[in-house]
Amino acid sequence: MDIVILGNGISGITAARHIRKLSDHRITVISKETDYFFSRTALMYMYMGHMRFEDTQPYEKGFWAKNRIKLIRGEVSMIDFGQKKLQFAENQHIHDTAFDPAPTEISYDRLVLALGSAPNKFGWPGQDLNGVQGLYSFQDLQSMEAHSKNLDRAVIVGGGLIGIEMAEMFHSRHIPVTLLVREQQYWNMVLPKEESAMVGEQIINAGIDLRLNTELKEIIDDGQGNACAVLTNTDERIDCHFVGLTAGVHPNVGWLKDLGLDIDRGILTNEYLQTNIPDVWAVGDCAQLRKPPAGRRAIEAVWYVGRMMGETAAYSICGQEIAYDPGIWFNSAKFMDMEYQVYGTVLAKPPENQQSIFWQSDDREKSIRLVFDAQSRAVIGFNLMGVRLRHEVCEKWIGAGTPLKDVVEQLALASFDPEFTRHFHSQVVDIYNQRFGDHAIANKRRRFNQVFSFLRN
Amino acid sequence: MSEQVYPSMSVANPHPPLLDGIQRIATIIAFIGLAMTVISVFGLLQNGSYLWLSLFCMAFGVGLYSWRQYHDTHPGIKNDGIWFGNLTSRGFWAWMAGILITFFYVCLYWYPQWLGFSAEGTNTGVVGFFDPLSIALKGKPASQWFVYGTLYTLAILCFGFKFILKYRHNRYQVIRTLSVIFFQLCIAFLLPELLERMNQPSMDLKNMWPLNYYFFFDWNLDKLLNGGNLGIFMLVWGIALIVLISPLLTYFYGKRWYCSWVCGCGGLAETAGDPFRHLSDKSLKAWKIERWLIHGVLVFAVVMTAVVLYTYFTGNSQVLFINSYSVREWYGFLIGATFSGVIGVGFYPLMGSRVWCRFGCPMAAILGLQQRFFSRFRITTNGGQCISCGNCSTYCEMGIDVRSYAQKGQNIVRASCVGCGICAAVCPRGVLRLENGSADINMRTEALKAVHIKAS
Ligand SMILES: Cc1cc2nc3c(=O)[nH]c(=O)nc-3n(C[C@H](O)[C@H](O)[C@H](O)COP(=O)(O)OP(=O)(O)OC[C@H]3O[C@@H](n4cnc5c(N)ncnc54)[C@H](O)[C@@H]3O)c2cc1C
Ligand code: SF4
Repeated sequence: MDIVILGNGISGITAARHIRKLSDHRITVISKETDYFFSRTALMYMYMGHMRFEDTQPYEKGFWAKNRIKLIRGEVSMIDFGQKKLQFAENQHIHDTAFDPAPTEISYDRLVLALGSAPNKFGWPGQDLNGVQGLYSFQDLQSMEAHSKNLDRAVIVGGGLIGIEMAEMFHSRHIPVTLLVREQQYWNMVLPKEESAMVGEQIINAGIDLRLNTELKEIIDDGQGNACAVLTNTDERIDCHFVGLTAGVHPNVGWLKDLGLDIDRGILTNEYLQTNIPDVWAVGDCAQLRKPPAGRRAIEAVWYVGRMMGETAAYSICGQEIAYDPGIWFNSAKFMDMEYQVYGTVLAKPPENQQSIFWQSDDREKSIRLVFDAQSRAVIGFNLMGVRLRHEVCEKWIGAGTPLKDVVEQLALASFDPEFTRHFHSQVVDIYNQRFGDHAIANKRRRFNQVFSFLRN
Repeated sequence: MSEQVYPSMSVANPHPPLLDGIQRIATIIAFIGLAMTVISVFGLLQNGSYLWLSLFCMAFGVGLYSWRQYHDTHPGIKNDGIWFGNLTSRGFWAWMAGILITFFYVCLYWYPQWLGFSAEGTNTGVVGFFDPLSIALKGKPASQWFVYGTLYTLAILCFGFKFILKYRHNRYQVIRTLSVIFFQLCIAFLLPELLERMNQPSMDLKNMWPLNYYFFFDWNLDKLLNGGNLGIFMLVWGIALIVLISPLLTYFYGKRWYCSWVCGCGGLAETAGDPFRHLSDKSLKAWKIERWLIHGVLVFAVVMTAVVLYTYFTGNSQVLFINSYSVREWYGFLIGATFSGVIGVGFYPLMGSRVWCRFGCPMAAILGLQQRFFSRFRITTNGGQCISCGNCSTYCEMGIDVRSYAQKGQNIVRASCVGCGICAAVCPRGVLRLENGSADINMRTEALKAVHIKAS
């Protein structure tokens, strides 16, 4: 059987790897972006000089031949689902490839769509000028690099994860940055108030010009098609020759409309990640679940979801129907020097029945938030800044509806910070005791053997 | 088909406009200090006080530079521009540094007279330059090894200070670095010199066979056996280290207790070598070469030592076709000098800081086998949090592809891992943790949790 995977990101590549593990089918992976799979999440580290492009590629070049995964570099412009054929675009201008040119078409028995996302643009005047761009693809990074030379200032629009990454990137090159955030606080649709404030402080302390409550109104043309300044909603003019648009992403499916594929915002799939068309699956950022699991969103454009979907689709393609089950929500990020991890349900504006206890270090560099159900006092979420906790332990606690008191007392069990790190678990216990007039006692032992037996029982 | 080479992502100037004034002054001071030592080779500055000035300038210069570099930065990972720097990305200055250090080692091992060493008469050159310090410490003139030991210790001290500033947010790194500084300064450098001063047999108490390959040589055994109680103690200690202490510590903590907490070679690699750690080769091919080479050296060391001991006890210098005198000379030349010194340190700026530790050290080979098969140590991965970014693999000085394990949710159990903990430090998602535990000792490589679907 010929299996064709369109997209060589984490979701497509994970699907390919697992199909290979499960079967002997012929596998072809197509992408227009790069010859080999690289880690999109590491784009910033290339720009900052932490890594070279080859360091961001998780598999050596020999891996693909060894696993009999054929790679094609090229852009697919049309899919004929009836004939089961993909057509490649004519006049492709791909210069940085070591592969033979793509054929004009290729047919499949089973197809996986792993198309990823595209940056949002909201119809701002001037959004298509030279020097205005998002950060999603390798080409975006190259373009950012090309614009960086002698750059006087970059203005970044959007207070999300990619916006702050872009700000950090320019900052590392000593290029002045202004970050426009529409909301009152950085990323406050997702982070609770206190954490959001901590991140804001990181940004300001780093010397980045953070403008809260500020929206982009217009990007100004220098008369030659280049951006030279932005106007904000307060009619302030900020001179800059680069504008980063990082106000979120959407599934990259525009070109697939009206081909018979059910598309809402993303490609609609069932729990096996099958689309409405037989023998076609959709995974990763471009997929939209018709019935998302409880507590999860229909589109989740994160690395981990792409990876889990790729694996699920591989099973389905190889005849083992295992429903997509992403488990309990988790995510992580890093804001300048501040690491962030989340497990379970942590809402920026929680409903009445979700409460939390919150500990913060004196220097405001670390915090722990434990979210619990007000009635049952079962822990439902962890939100951590500057503190690392063990995924499996948190997941097990949440899954078992563990009472807050137990979690607070045993918190050391979940600790994942490097050895010798100072721990603040007893302060968390104090906060708990004060709040509930209880007498919980911190268990300071955090030997690996205990973690192990906790997880294996 | 042509292999595409991607240009370095650095059209723009990734560097601060210039080093700031204080950093420039610090660099000049350090270079003046170094220059004084270098020109003493030509018989200049042979007046005692220049030595102190030279050492002071080097230490002060590096110290001031490091302080200036990090003092007003937010504590955190400081890898900006590493792949853009000429010295840190195999540029011109990296080659120059490599050639110079290599040349220094060649003089040291084979042409000490070029450095001014004179076994009978009075020292001249750089060896003579170091006489005042040597006389102050042990009451005897310097040798080329004393010069080397002093500069080595100074490098660990100064660059250790820099390392501590750089990783000051991470207590594991700070404590570990204090440990390597202590062992180099007190146990490897000062203690043997002071013992010599007291006419006692001197020994670097932490330098274990087979890294210390001459421990079982006749002259060393004779020295210890004739060295009174202290000599006997050292002999017993040396053997206990090999058969008892080191296996126990490695069982409990992995080989890191030695390689990145105690060892002098490791100490230099972790401090002066830190800016070059990302240059280690991560390919599967390099791993294969590593396994052949390092175990080959181990076999060589064991055979050589066995033959030498046979000669010691029987007086017979010929074992089958091997002559025990020439085999130990060859070992000293090939492994002791060329591999561990010239290549091991000289190639820092080109192949990373752990070339010797990874490809050559027979001590690391023994500890590694034990770590791989019988130790509580491993690096655990944090469930599914890995984003495959590659920071951990890039900054692994031993060339371990950490990511290939982390992205599968698999623990890392590798013979070569020295437990420096930098992978865990640079990981932006908090995925890695160095850990000791016996509960799962036979299944350390298994993931605690399948990243997603449990293979059925
Ligand atoms: C800068 C940045 C940082 C991020 N950081 C994080 C993070 O820290 N944590 C996290 O969880 N997530 C992060 N994400 C999100 C994460 O990277 C994405 O969710 C993930 O990469 C999506 O993977 P995918 O396989 O679905 O799609 P993609 O990786 O986008 O792969 C899709 C591929 O398909 C190709 N393609 C699409 N259409 C065609 C066509 N017609 N013809 C040929 N090829 C085509 C594209 O060129 C692309 O290469 C980040 C994203 C960005 C941009
Ligand atoms: S540094 Fe961390 S997130 Fe990046 S590849 Fe390594 S383990 Fe994964």
